[in-house]
Amino acid sequence: MSHDVVEVVLRAVCVLAAFLVLPLVVGQTEHKVMAHMQGRLGPMYPGGFHGWAQLVADGVKFAQKEDIVPIAADKRVFRLAPALGIVAYLLALAVIPLDAHVFGANVDDGLIWAIAVTGIGTVGTLMAGWSSGNKYALIGAMRSAAQLLSYELPLILSCASFAIAAGSLSLVGIAHAWTPWWLLWQLPGAIVFLVAATAELQRVPFDAPVADSEVVMGPYTEYTGLRFAFFLLAEYAGIVVMSLLLAVLYLGGWTGPFDGYLGWLWTLLKGFLFALIIIWMRVSWPRLREDQLQRVAWLGLVPLALLQLAITAVGVVLTA
Amino acid sequence: MSRPDQHKHGLVPGLVKGMATTARTMTSHAHTQEYPDVKPELPPRSRGVIALLAENCTSCMLCARECPDWCIYIDSHKETIPAGPEGGRDRQQNVLDRFAIDFSLCMYCGICIEVCPFDALFWSPEFEYAETDIRDMLHEKDRLGEWMATVPPPPATDPGAQ
Repeated sequence: MSHDVVEVVLRAVCVLAAFLVLPLVVGQTEHKVMAHMQGRLGPMYPGGFHGWAQLVADGVKFAQKEDIVPIAADKRVFRLAPALGIVAYLLALAVIPLDAHVFGANVDDGLIWAIAVTGIGTVGTLMAGWSSGNKYALIGAMRSAAQLLSYELPLILSCASFAIAAGSLSLVGIAHAWTPWWLLWQLPGAIVFLVAATAELQRVPFDAPVADSEVVMGPYTEYTGLRFAFFLLAEYAGIVVMSLLLAVLYLGGWTGPFDGYLGWLWTLLKGFLFALIIIWMRVSWPRLREDQLQRVAWLGLVPLALLQLAITAVGVVLTA
Repeated sequence: MSRPDQHKHGLVPGLVKGMATTARTMTSHAHTQEYPDVKPELPPRSRGVIALLAENCTSCMLCARECPDWCIYIDSHKETIPAGPEGGRDRQQNVLDRFAIDFSLCMYCGICIEVCPFDALFWSPEFEYAETDIRDMLHEKDRLGEWMATVPPPPATDPGAQ
């Protein structure tokens, strides 16, 4: 009995550590990759070696800032909103397996759990925008909600395709059912997932809800200090969650050479690959206009996801 | 909604082209000069600071009067040079008491340097003279004179110049 409790606590601590470290790794990668893609060097001084401690220094700076709550704000909701995004992605990270036995919690329907809780993060954004008592924040939150509604559907449809192909809703089960054949067979689904995940994370080119040049960071306009940092952490944790999820769903997770003892590393590397693509898109592409953004979802992604679903169903029936 | 000429280039090629451009930039060297560690190589005509060659100054005040934001302060007095033993008359000469430029006001237009008839003012590329107290930005005659050592020789004329 006590043995079980120790294991649960240990797994929870490991998930928390991963949740605090992996987003910083992605963030630092974004600093450096984006800089070099723009012909710059990026941070060079903090920590001594190529500015590795830049985000730690940023964290210290955020912690020192004054925590301001506007008079017009709905104060309790305003204070609560950043926590929602963080907790949502923490709960999602807990069920993503890095290896057949390396996970925070083994949920039988892990895929449904992960998709369900990541949606909650957007509720945090919506709460932030509504409670700020600020027009920019409200417009940003409305855009964010509209974006979630349009992109959640193709995201779930592409996930359904992976689940049907594997005949399982468990993330471990899906990764075990993976074969190299999936790289071609599930490619449209993976593209739909990647685009829809980028949109749900409100990353470029789908960053209209937080567009700084249009709505001044949208729902985050009124936030300062640690609460603002929590929103940023949630964004990068979201990249980590979505990248790892796609790595497990589409690239077979820990499948690879020496996966007997290096499986977790393969999952992390594959996830890192998708995180790099998300960063790369941010550097290369301009922002979509609000109506173009809805167009991509309803006229592009949803039909493509439905097509993928049909292909998967036919494939499963034929090979069964 | 969309104009017909937008359909000439498809959506996907443009996006791919963008990603190729950023990838190419990432593999080439960054343009950044790491300033405090690596000093920049500035061209000789850089407008860093204004140097004063006090011997050439006749206190004519042209620079101070032309200065758009009045940041040049000049004090001088006249001294009489007695006539020589062969007769003639006493002559008078301006002596420069104070020449100061307030770099907290200066807008680096260089009009004072252009207008000086006796080549007493020069541009120097030196730029590291920030101060924590704004009053220290007022450079007096001796400090302006110290900048003379940093004035580069004038650049050679272009080939074919007349």
